[in-house]
Amino acid sequence: MSTATLNYPKPQKPWRPKQRDLVPTYLGVIATLLGTWALVEFTGLAGKLGAFGAAVLCTTVVSTFLAGRSRGKQAAKNAAVASLITSLALLAMFPVISILGTVLVRGTKGLYTGFFTTDMGLASVNDPLNVGGILHAIVGTFLMIVIATVISVPLGISTAIYLTEIRGPGSRLIRFLVQAMSGVPSIVAGLFIYSAIITGSGRGFNGLWGALALAILMLPTVARTAEEVLLLIAEDLREAGLALGATQWRTVAMVVVPAAKSGLITAMILGIARIAGETAPLLFTTGGGDATNLNPVDGVMGSIPFAIWKALISGSAESNARAWASILVLLVLVMILFFSARRLGKARR
Amino acid sequence: MTLMAEKQIPAPRTITTKPRTSDKIFRGVIFAGALSSLVILAAIAIFLGLRGFEILAREGLSFVTGYEWFSSINSDGTAGEDPSVYGIGAMLIGTIVTALIAVAIGVPIAIAAALYLNFYSPNAIKGFLVGVIDLMAAFPSILFGLWGFNILMPSGEYWAKLLHKYLGWIPLFDVSTPFFSRSPFIAGLVLAIMIIPIVTSIAREVFSQTPLDRIQAAYALGATKWTMIRAVVLPFGYSGVVGGAMLGLGRAMGETVAVFTVLNIIFQANFQILLGAGGNVASLIILKFGEASAEEIKALMAAGLMLFLLTLLVNMLADLLVNRTVKQGR
Repeated sequence: MSTATLNYPKPQKPWRPKQRDLVPTYLGVIATLLGTWALVEFTGLAGKLGAFGAAVLCTTVVSTFLAGRSRGKQAAKNAAVASLITSLALLAMFPVISILGTVLVRGTKGLYTGFFTTDMGLASVNDPLNVGGILHAIVGTFLMIVIATVISVPLGISTAIYLTEIRGPGSRLIRFLVQAMSGVPSIVAGLFIYSAIITGSGRGFNGLWGALALAILMLPTVARTAEEVLLLIAEDLREAGLALGATQWRTVAMVVVPAAKSGLITAMILGIARIAGETAPLLFTTGGGDATNLNPVDGVMGSIPFAIWKALISGSAESNARAWASILVLLVLVMILFFSARRLGKARR
Repeated sequence: MTLMAEKQIPAPRTITTKPRTSDKIFRGVIFAGALSSLVILAAIAIFLGLRGFEILAREGLSFVTGYEWFSSINSDGTAGEDPSVYGIGAMLIGTIVTALIAVAIGVPIAIAAALYLNFYSPNAIKGFLVGVIDLMAAFPSILFGLWGFNILMPSGEYWAKLLHKYLGWIPLFDVSTPFFSRSPFIAGLVLAIMIIPIVTSIAREVFSQTPLDRIQAAYALGATKWTMIRAVVLPFGYSGVVGGAMLGLGRAMGETVAVFTVLNIIFQANFQILLGAGGNVASLIILKFGEASAEEIKALMAAGLMLFLLTLLVNMLADLLVNRTVKQGR
């Protein structure tokens, strides 16, 4: 008896749809395509969005009909809803693609090599595109981000530590206030700095005031992300620290915070991404200078959003191109921050 | 032997719960840091109130209900003959109208996106789609403004005309003059796109908390995916999603730059959403700030205070609703 004579049956896979069963599906796809074409051709549904709408309509009708024919009324409803939900979810992705594409196409036109090394101090908004740049704005944004980070990260992280480690009195109130604060409109932060500092003190617009306004907006983002991160740290680590005789201060500083380090850096990066493109608060606080200014406590200071704003409201073709080029720079900055935060977040898990 | 052993045992240490000095300092410092949000929120209310008090006291209730904003100022900067009038009624209505349009358009899309991500999407692309939505949340608002003005406006106008043509008999979609550009409808569209990411992420979180046993029980009873969602997921997540929508409403109310770029700001209460005239408190402040007199600045501070209180109220309500479903802090 050798095993070679054994005749195994060929696996059947009866759950696989046969070619004959797939015929309605193929017909459905063809009907959808034809219907979409007819709707776009013969009705007022114009443009990409119109074509998308027509496709959604046809897909929904066809899939509902097919499901209803083979499996009854409930299945028909299910198919209709599935098709609608999927298309609405796709619709939510549309703007991102459109925005990225537009910025890339229009932004690259205004770029030239001197764009990053010259400022607008001696250039006017109507000058040709190979004059002037956004060095002043890049420097200003960088300085303000650094100052805002130095202020808000310690405050945000200590808020998070209070909420997760100390859990002292008023924890719930503070958590609630931090959540509420993250919804404060950015313009209010700018108005607050203007009313509290600039009208009172004799000192005019400068970068520090802008950084303070940005710090207000950054604080809740840092605090909330840091709290989430600290909550993920295993309770065992804290207990082990305490059991070794460490004080709470030592446990937090030597065990908990190092364990959460990459998460806390993520919190900081997300905070920076939140404020990097803020425009409204800077309009009330920085003055938006055109020359490169390295001193945040003296004189007006430019920033990328403010440069875009200025180019936008002056309205000439050159300034429009400059606005798109600057927004490309801003978008690249935000995306670098965003993806590094995501990468750090992934590495943690 | 036993006597010897007893002698070697040291006296028991007194056990206290009194924290060490280092811990006391640590807790004090951290507590001070944690109070920062309370201090900042209070300071915002106090300073804006302080600067705006004069105008608020003079105008009284008509600051909120009045439709006129007129700063009387001569060319040399002195106060003019006619009395100044400050009323943000039209702008408040505009704020609420544009924010409601944003919620009406954005929230259904966001809920659908959240349902899709939680229950429909194949696992292979789920992470990518979540990334796309999150990236959208990180886009600066001036980008939405610029894009909305240049790209969305033409097609938004087209859709507005279609709406007017077929649904013009509804007062909401009627226009007194055929001017469709820069309307509250288009501003609402831009705001809708801006609030989609935040509402989606909250709805997603709320839906993902649905107890698995209930979902499986529904399937075991023969439910299709949609009947399961309708019977289990939506009732469970209802208050959380309402909270998320309100959070979106708060964001839409406070949005400044995008609205200012897109909207044609006119001082009148405009309920014809397709007509190119509207306003929003935040864009009023930007519009008037540049050449405001000292008195008008105070009025703008009062307007800022109103905006602050309004958004704070909406946000707090929203957070209460969301926290009811999502137990841990977001």
